[in-house]
Amino acid sequence: MCLGVPGRIIEIDGVMATVDFFGVQRSVSLQLVDEPVAPGDYVLNHVGFAIRRIPPEDIAETLALYERLIALAEEDDPMLADVHSEIAATGGYGFRDGGES
Amino acid sequence: MNELEFRDPARARGLLDSLARLTEDRLDDPFSLMHVCGSHEQAVARFGLRAVLPRGLDLVMGPGCPVCVTDCPEIDEAVTLARSGLRVATYGDMVRVPGSGPSLADAGAEGARIDVVYSVSQAAALARRCDEEIVFFASGFETTAVATAAVLLDDPPANLTVLSAHKYIPPAMEIVVEMPGSRVQGFLAAGHAATITGWGVFRPFAERQRRPVVVAGFEPLDILAALVELVRLVRAGENRVVNAFPRCVTEDGNRVAQEQLWRVFELVGGRWRGIARVPNGNLRLRPEFATFDARLRHADRLRLRAPLQAAPLLRDCRCGEIMAGLAAPMDCRLFGRECVPAEPVGACMVSSEGTCRIWHEYGGHPDLGTSA
Repeated sequence: MCLGVPGRIIEIDGVMATVDFFGVQRSVSLQLVDEPVAPGDYVLNHVGFAIRRIPPEDIAETLALYERLIALAEEDDPMLADVHSEIAATGGYGFRDGGES
Repeated sequence: MNELEFRDPARARGLLDSLARLTEDRLDDPFSLMHVCGSHEQAVARFGLRAVLPRGLDLVMGPGCPVCVTDCPEIDEAVTLARSGLRVATYGDMVRVPGSGPSLADAGAEGARIDVVYSVSQAAALARRCDEEIVFFASGFETTAVATAAVLLDDPPANLTVLSAHKYIPPAMEIVVEMPGSRVQGFLAAGHAATITGWGVFRPFAERQRRPVVVAGFEPLDILAALVELVRLVRAGENRVVNAFPRCVTEDGNRVAQEQLWRVFELVGGRWRGIARVPNGNLRLRPEFATFDARLRHADRLRLRAPLQAAPLLRDCRCGEIMAGLAAPMDCRLFGRECVPAEPVGACMVSSEGTCRIWHEYGGHPDLGTSA
């Protein structure tokens, strides 16, 4: 719950953005981000909200942890599960029943 | 389970050598350092860091799991509202946490309607799509509370209320340091929480409690680098804050998010489960948002709360001491026996950010460096 997940902005519509998370696209609120963002920018996201624009020079290092987790972790890995929950969270205002986890 | 192939092995080796040198005179009296973030514990356990840390350094997890520190009466409130017929939406980990009596999952099995959501936005969307009252049972530290604030500032549906169990971490660090028996000499602060608050938020703590704080990222190398910095500060007696995660954290943090947080929430004292009453540790809705406060709108239902009997096993649960860094999971006689992820006794075994759950999943005792 305190590990945000980075994603790349595909397009922006008002205060909502479509963001790509390792191949999965979700909509994310830009209401909390503190600088202008544009398609192509990477943002750090938490429970459906972008909380920071990631400076271009820091993107590769930021992605490394997640790429490694996704590549290496087993299904029931709690850290990977939290990353998946974060990606599932970014549904914007479209309600999606997650079921019990 | 140990995956010691670091992304940059040479850099990892260099950091570990530095740590070994900085702690070699402390083999019999190890430095005691605390982090306050479930994701840090996941990374430490997941990547087997304790197996490679030198003996002169103890790294323990503090009260860094917001689900775990949700107090029993807060769970009881959510259960009472659900049993009274209101639909309760909450984050997944909150569903199975026992209160004084039943959990929300127990209430759900009896017919109460519980919706698991990944975001407060989904609870708001649910309210928009139906006519009934929706209670969002909100957990999480300031990092997550900003999202609740954002939704309440964005024309929320009138049939939505928030039952806030949001917590604010800096005051809890003070409580833990002041606890009798606490040996903690320095803190790692959670990088993504500090993205919101900025590293400056820890400065009063470091000065008042005379403990250094290093803001750390979540990649194994980030954590090792932060530990080197923290041990250096402890050794030198420099009680200041160092930002070892500059790619995510600034001194002032995200002011847009902070402004929304403090427009909606105010600090109030409250109990953190098993630990203590933490002055200014809870985030409560401000009076301007009273109409969205489940405790006010549904006060009549909450008054009907039946007295609940604590489960007998809960008396032996040591989650409180574990979250204060005063005990390890294996010091608890329930750990891995009566208390397992499928049938948790304490909240620390429920949440994916709880110390007991993490230690259980990643092989019990990561300190030994043995494969599970």
